[in-house]
Amino acid sequence: MKIDSSLPLEYSTEENRLKIFGFWVFLGAEIMLFATLFAVYFVLHNRTGSGPNGAEIFELTPVLLETFLLLASSFTIGLGVHAMRLGNKKAMMTFFIITLILGLGFLVIEIDEFVTYVHEGATITTSAFLSSLMTLLGTHGAHVTFGLFWGVAILIQVAKRGLNPQTANKAFIFSLYWHFLDVVWIFIFSFVYLKGLIS
Amino acid sequence: MNKKFSLMLLAFGAIAILSGCEPLTVFNPKGPNAQTLSNTIILSIITMAVILLVVYVLFAFMLTKYRASKASADYEPPHEEGSHVLEITWTVIPIIIVAFLAIVTVKTTSTVETTPEGYDNKEPLVIYAASSNWKWHFSYPEQGIETVNYVNIPTDRPIEFKLYSFGPITSFWIPQLAGQKYAMSDMLTTIHLAADEVGSFMGRNSNFNGRGFAEMEFEAQSMTQADFDQWVKDVKANEKPLTEEKFKELLAAEHVGRSSYSSTHLDFSPAPMAHGDMDMGGMDHGDMDMSDKDMNHEDMNHENMDHENMDHSKKDAETHSH
Amino acid sequence: MSMEELFHPLQEPMILGAAISIVVGAVVVVAGLTYFKKWGYFYKNWLSTVDHKKIGIMYIAVALLMLFRGGIDALLMRAQTAVPDNGLLDAQHYNEIFTTHGLIMILFMAMPFVIGLMNIVIPLQIGARDVAFPRLNAVSFWAFAAGCGLLNLSFIIGGSPDSGWTAYFPLAGTEFSPTVGNNYYSLALQLSGIGTLLTGVNFITTIFKMRAPGMTLMKMPMFTWSILITNVIIVFAFPVLTVALALMMLDRQFGTKFFAMTDGGMDMLWANLFWVWGHPEVYIVILPAFGIFSEVIATFARKNLYGYKSMVMSMVVISLLSFLVWAHHFYTMGHGVMVNSVFSITTMAIAVPTGVKMFNWLLTMRHGKIQFTTPMLYALGFIPIFTIGGVTGVMLAMASADYQYHNTMFLVAHFHYVLIPGTVFGVLAGYHFWWPKMFGFRLNEKLGKAGFWFIAISFNVAFFPLFILGLDGYARRMYTYSESTGYGPLNLLSFIGALGLAVGFALICYNIYYSWKHMPRNEKADVWDGRSLEWATHSPVPEYNFAVVPTITRLDEFWFAKKEGRDITAGKIEKIHMPNNTGTPFWTSGFLFLAAFFAVFSLWIPAIISMLVVFGFMAHRSFEDDHGRYISVEEIMETEKSLRGDK
Repeated sequence: MKIDSSLPLEYSTEENRLKIFGFWVFLGAEIMLFATLFAVYFVLHNRTGSGPNGAEIFELTPVLLETFLLLASSFTIGLGVHAMRLGNKKAMMTFFIITLILGLGFLVIEIDEFVTYVHEGATITTSAFLSSLMTLLGTHGAHVTFGLFWGVAILIQVAKRGLNPQTANKAFIFSLYWHFLDVVWIFIFSFVYLKGLIS
Repeated sequence: MNKKFSLMLLAFGAIAILSGCEPLTVFNPKGPNAQTLSNTIILSIITMAVILLVVYVLFAFMLTKYRASKASADYEPPHEEGSHVLEITWTVIPIIIVAFLAIVTVKTTSTVETTPEGYDNKEPLVIYAASSNWKWHFSYPEQGIETVNYVNIPTDRPIEFKLYSFGPITSFWIPQLAGQKYAMSDMLTTIHLAADEVGSFMGRNSNFNGRGFAEMEFEAQSMTQADFDQWVKDVKANEKPLTEEKFKELLAAEHVGRSSYSSTHLDFSPAPMAHGDMDMGGMDHGDMDMSDKDMNHEDMNHENMDHENMDHSKKDAETHSH
Repeated sequence: MSMEELFHPLQEPMILGAAISIVVGAVVVVAGLTYFKKWGYFYKNWLSTVDHKKIGIMYIAVALLMLFRGGIDALLMRAQTAVPDNGLLDAQHYNEIFTTHGLIMILFMAMPFVIGLMNIVIPLQIGARDVAFPRLNAVSFWAFAAGCGLLNLSFIIGGSPDSGWTAYFPLAGTEFSPTVGNNYYSLALQLSGIGTLLTGVNFITTIFKMRAPGMTLMKMPMFTWSILITNVIIVFAFPVLTVALALMMLDRQFGTKFFAMTDGGMDMLWANLFWVWGHPEVYIVILPAFGIFSEVIATFARKNLYGYKSMVMSMVVISLLSFLVWAHHFYTMGHGVMVNSVFSITTMAIAVPTGVKMFNWLLTMRHGKIQFTTPMLYALGFIPIFTIGGVTGVMLAMASADYQYHNTMFLVAHFHYVLIPGTVFGVLAGYHFWWPKMFGFRLNEKLGKAGFWFIAISFNVAFFPLFILGLDGYARRMYTYSESTGYGPLNLLSFIGALGLAVGFALICYNIYYSWKHMPRNEKADVWDGRSLEWATHSPVPEYNFAVVPTITRLDEFWFAKKEGRDITAGKIEKIHMPNNTGTPFWTSGFLFLAAFFAVFSLWIPAIISMLVVFGFMAHRSFEDDHGRYISVEEIMETEKSLRGDK
């Protein structure tokens, strides 16, 4: 395996560069996936049938908290990648652990939010609006959940094998994924919650 | 090459069939709307035949002139990058053809989407056509009667069919009178047509909707105003009113024969709202992946909406006057 | 669901017969593998391979198999409608058959054929040793195969989807389609769709990042260009299908209201989502064919491709427009004149770049030296027949006129006139063209040409009458019609054409057997006197593709090097890094198949357990420390010598 030491560890081999490029392409597909879910939501968001609309069920506090947690986690994973580039394994792991904990916090609040909706009688089968809302949120939440498991797997590998071209590559790609989920959430926050609360 | 000739033969054969002999249904229109479409189709066929001819002549020329068996053994084909003049030519000419057809399309589409020419001074007769399973219900709010699986229309009045469905999407089509349109469960669509002469026409659902689809036909009969009035009178006098119970029974049935009633189901089971009336802010054109396109859509819908709203108030006025 | 319900399709004698023949076929294969002790060989060389060439061959094998499944569907449909009031099939059976015919031909025949050819050819054309992610490539194939298997299982267990390949709601909802048929639809397409999406990611990376030194984008062969653009379309279009199918599954199995008739659902939302994917999908299967025709015509006219730059540009324009035309599939849904006009214009605009390509192909042949080989015949047959499909496409694009064509046989004739000369002729041209590269021997030319003529002529006999029937008011998807309609004679003619097509495809298959038996082996590397890099390496291609990766200075480098007497594959041989074979993609997809199968019947616990196994495999992959292996210089020398020495 040829290692180009002039590049950061995660870019240092041909295979690593391919993987990063490929992941960007995959994120392109993910953007289309979420764009379609957003489009479905925008088409259906006024079609509440006999169920509640957004303004009736959205609560600002938990949503703000979720936003804060996820934005913070995006920041900490950035710090983690920075630490990784400096070759500081311990700092890198610490920041990644904080990121995952923040992600877990986000998930707990989101699940609580869903439980509240269901208790208020707003389930995924109530109306087209709620179907599209919960599918959009659920898809994002499922991505976060998958990310938590993925992040743990990477942490174990870094702990066992140290920072090498393979583990650094995985950690970097994971950070791209995590930032992407954060961006999607910003769109959800603005165009689902804020717009829903205003109208 | 015999394949090429057989193709040419087929193409010319088709043109011959289209222009002469026994006219095909689409080329045998009996109303202004279908006439417009027939003319449009013939015009497009002629345009396309010219394009086909150009391609076929070039193709035949290349194949006869440049085959290996004709070239000398040491002939070495030259290296040719391309030609800007030629490439611009075969980009610009198609653009002109497409522009021409686009103008034709916009013009004819708006023609068939409005009250037919020559009939626009007359009040249109509104008929609601709703599909359920594999049958059609026709309600005449103006006359206060309803029929199943057949529809009678007067010849000297423009007709507006208001379409919707009690189930899967169907498509209402009387090819000799007008092009088709979908009937859907959650919104009302409109077909404008008029019949120039007395006659009986095949009407059907053309959009696949399950097991009984093939048999989902109805007869559309055009008759003079006097005959039509007489028929309405007969129905009013001889047929029972349509009760909610009877209507439910009808809806549940798969296939039924023809029947007539002296009242409509619209009184207890109103039709859905027209396209565009329902979600004012929303875009009812589905996917909006390209946000700049959305804007266009919305703009267009507003136009569409105003138009539909007008139709509605007119229709409401009619319904109330009876 | 009782056992009786589960196996209700088997009560139909025809389905029972088909099921029995499938079982017998499977038993023969298994027994054969066991008897000849080939299980180890089969597992090691095929099921666990990550070699792009073998994966490509497996794709094509599935495609040919599915061509026959879909072809039998087609024959049955044409037989049923050959005479009025025919009782060969009942409505339900006919509905299932036209639904699966559409699904299979598009998703399980055209797609794998195209993807198979790109797998085999692309790394060779760009001078790469494999694709960017060989393991992912195997996952793509096996996920696709799992989806394909699932859809084909539907007609034995539980019943096939029966609401058209477009599965419009509310018809496809549980109220009007209560059987599991459409569950199969959503899950089988989901699996194969994921496979296709991953292929897209893989090939974009491969083409962007792994080209031979010196091969800039504008020096790539046209087939590579077409595949690059195709995969970009895949990456942007397939996620829409993923979402649409997920929503379909949610609506059908979890009671959500996306496409419902009540509680705010919108039936036309499905149609929009389906066609936002569906229309680009048409170009996903047609652009690669355009690429193949470009290669074949240039090779057998013995001239470089005319207007290379405009050929690339036109494909880029087509790919962009392909996302802006979806609403032309339902002009009749009643949106206003303006919306219909806009979509009419974008649709007709596609004719312009397509026309540019057509004229460039014609001009490539000018001053050429045309050889009528089997692949060239398909490319030449494509031009006049596809043009009919193209011009009728422009006719259909006119919204007003479409009110008369929509849902009729005219439309059916049109898209067969596009997809058969376009996609099918394209992949068959590619198949005959690259066969010697795959296997080291040629297909018999006489049989190949006979197959072509049967197909080309019968195709016109089968489908031209449908244009006329459509204009006579014959709606599509009707299982029968009455004699008074007068549709009988032309339908009978069409059936005769369908029989001819069957003969043509049978000839193509027989040709495999005949050529395997009789054609000389150890064909030279450059059988057709080709232009691009795939002809520079041996036939069949060694595992590592190129012992020495050639350096490129211009388009058609190999062609010019031949003329100048240079050997572009000469150079110092170094050890080559190759990925290890692995059975995980096969087993992962096996469990994915199980998960989807259980999900079809809403058996959630076993479905979840199977899914957990899938995740287990993914985790295992993550922790695995597999750095591939090296092929030593001696081993390469040995292989090269034996491949060269045999010539």
